Amino acid sequence: MTIDGPSINLAVDRAGNAVTLRFRGRLEAWTVGTVWDRAMAVLKDRPNQLVADVHAISYCDGSGISLLLELRRHQAEQGRFTLVGANADVQRLYERFCRVEEPPPAEQGPVLSGIERIGRDIFAGLQAFAAQIAFLGELALASAHAARHPRSIRFRDILRIAEEAGVRAVPLVMLLGFVIGLIMALQSAIQLRWYGAELLVANVVGLSLARELGPMMTAIVLTGRSGSAFAAELGAMKVNDEINALTTMGIDPLRFLVLPRLIAALLVTPLLAMFMNLAGLMGGLVVFLSLGFPPVTFINQVVGAVGLQDLLNGLTKAIMFGALVAMAGCRAGFTAGSGARAVGEATTGAVVSGIVLIILADGVFAAISFALGI
Amino acid sequence: MATAAPDPAHRPVIRVDNLRAEYAGRAVLKHVTFHVVEGEVFGILGGSGSGKSTLMKHMIGLYPPARGAIEIAGRDIVTAVGAERRSILARIGVMYQMGALFGSMTLLENVRLPLEEFTQLPLPAMNRIAELKLGLVGLGEFSDRLPNEISGGQQKRAAIARAMSLDPSIIFLDEPSAGLDPITSASLDALVLDLARSLRITFVIVTHELASIFAVTDRVIMLDRRIKGIVAEGRPQDLRDHADDPVVRQFFNREMPEAQTTP
Repeated sequence: MTIDGPSINLAVDRAGNAVTLRFRGRLEAWTVGTVWDRAMAVLKDRPNQLVADVHAISYCDGSGISLLLELRRHQAEQGRFTLVGANADVQRLYERFCRVEEPPPAEQGPVLSGIERIGRDIFAGLQAFAAQIAFLGELALASAHAARHPRSIRFRDILRIAEEAGVRAVPLVMLLGFVIGLIMALQSAIQLRWYGAELLVANVVGLSLARELGPMMTAIVLTGRSGSAFAAELGAMKVNDEINALTTMGIDPLRFLVLPRLIAALLVTPLLAMFMNLAGLMGGLVVFLSLGFPPVTFINQVVGAVGLQDLLNGLTKAIMFGALVAMAGCRAGFTAGSGARAVGEATTGAVVSGIVLIILADGVFAAISFALGI
Repeated sequence: MATAAPDPAHRPVIRVDNLRAEYAGRAVLKHVTFHVVEGEVFGILGGSGSGKSTLMKHMIGLYPPARGAIEIAGRDIVTAVGAERRSILARIGVMYQMGALFGSMTLLENVRLPLEEFTQLPLPAMNRIAELKLGLVGLGEFSDRLPNEISGGQQKRAAIARAMSLDPSIIFLDEPSAGLDPITSASLDALVLDLARSLRITFVIVTHELASIFAVTDRVIMLDRRIKGIVAEGRPQDLRDHADDPVVRQFFNREMPEAQTTP
């Protein structure tokens, strides 16, 4: 947006190697932009004398003075600069701004080669990994202390966080589960129809949900909803020195803040995964019914295909994912920098690292399951 | 060199006429009338809850008054809308109590922001103007720092530089001494006085710091929560020495109210 205002005129007079800039009108923030580049352009001719004639200036503010000072600064390298025609107000402003101490030229840091930069990045990555391991170690110590002293566990906080991260997530988890079950049943029905095996739609939906999709999708929802909330909450506490306050009071911040979140996540993730599985089966059932099969066939197929081992496999994964989500969220909050932006960065970091950890852990689980044949 | 304080008979640049401010239908300020003249450092004083900040927020157009008029440089900020309102706001600068610098921007970017939004200056010109404004408040060498990398006093100086970005004729300061040590606070007072006298900027300062009041203000009004309005107006030295109202005397002499004094 621009503010309308009276204009400024600039006339450039050249006499030999001397240049006179004649300003007329209001030299202020709203107008100086229209003459700035033209005025500076005369410096390219390298005049040995530059005169700024401001006697026809009706008003001048700090921005106008900035142009005069910029001309003077550049002209100092090649010749003389003279300000003429300044009234008392312009002279007073000019003198005041002349007293501004110019900052020293910025020091140039060492120029790094590509290999040095890669080396530094790798080192920073290793340091971050080491810090992650240290965090896990400290958390393990805090957990061991809590196990020896159960009264030190803040059960009220655990319930509050479990309600927020678990109970309030049930509608979202069930909605997503239903839609995922529906999509999976539809997609598999298209393929299985070629072989006349639509009956196996129930097996596909049941097994996929119980072993893989139920825990993983639940963990991803938990990362987006609760991992980010943990990071934002702890990040804001870090910014406000609340975590330092706990430390100086002799209270272990990990026990006080992280452990309740970790326990709550461990408790609610398998339960949410069960809700996700149930809702997914309902989605699959809808498609199954539309294929002309009775509900009892769906139930028989699912019970026959999904064993207790499959269910336990999925729930074990859900527990592990819950722990990873809580740790990634809390760690991001704990390592937040200062300022509002740091809280945003912590939240992003929690979600990204949470999802990466979930998928990596799922890969490890898949390899172990394959090796053990379960 | 600093020039003398302006004559109170100079032309007013701010007029507040019969202002009534309300929160949730309850009056916080009533019948508030005063004016600020060009180039003076004007103080709005009062105890906690007296409505100082509320009055300032009405003057800078954040809150609409329940009744009354507020003129800034001859234009009514209450009724102004659209481009006219933006034009008035662009000609005042405000420093909030905690600085309110944008944490994700360097000091230079903070000061440059109003220039980017309101003018069509080329980028080098905006940078030069912002550098000079930071230089004026003594932060020329900190232009590439983020707000959280400098001290509280420096943040307030940077906030003043941002308020000066568009060379406003009026700058409002909300509790500039809050959270500062006496030396930093005194240096901020000296800066305000220097800018007021050398650049002819009119300052309106909300404060309850006696040292600042005597150091920088030419004239003050004092608000009182009992009457929800102005209890005294004048030069701070006169109010300290000659005020009839016990609340004003207690304020300026740091006395406890009689009912609260211990025997």
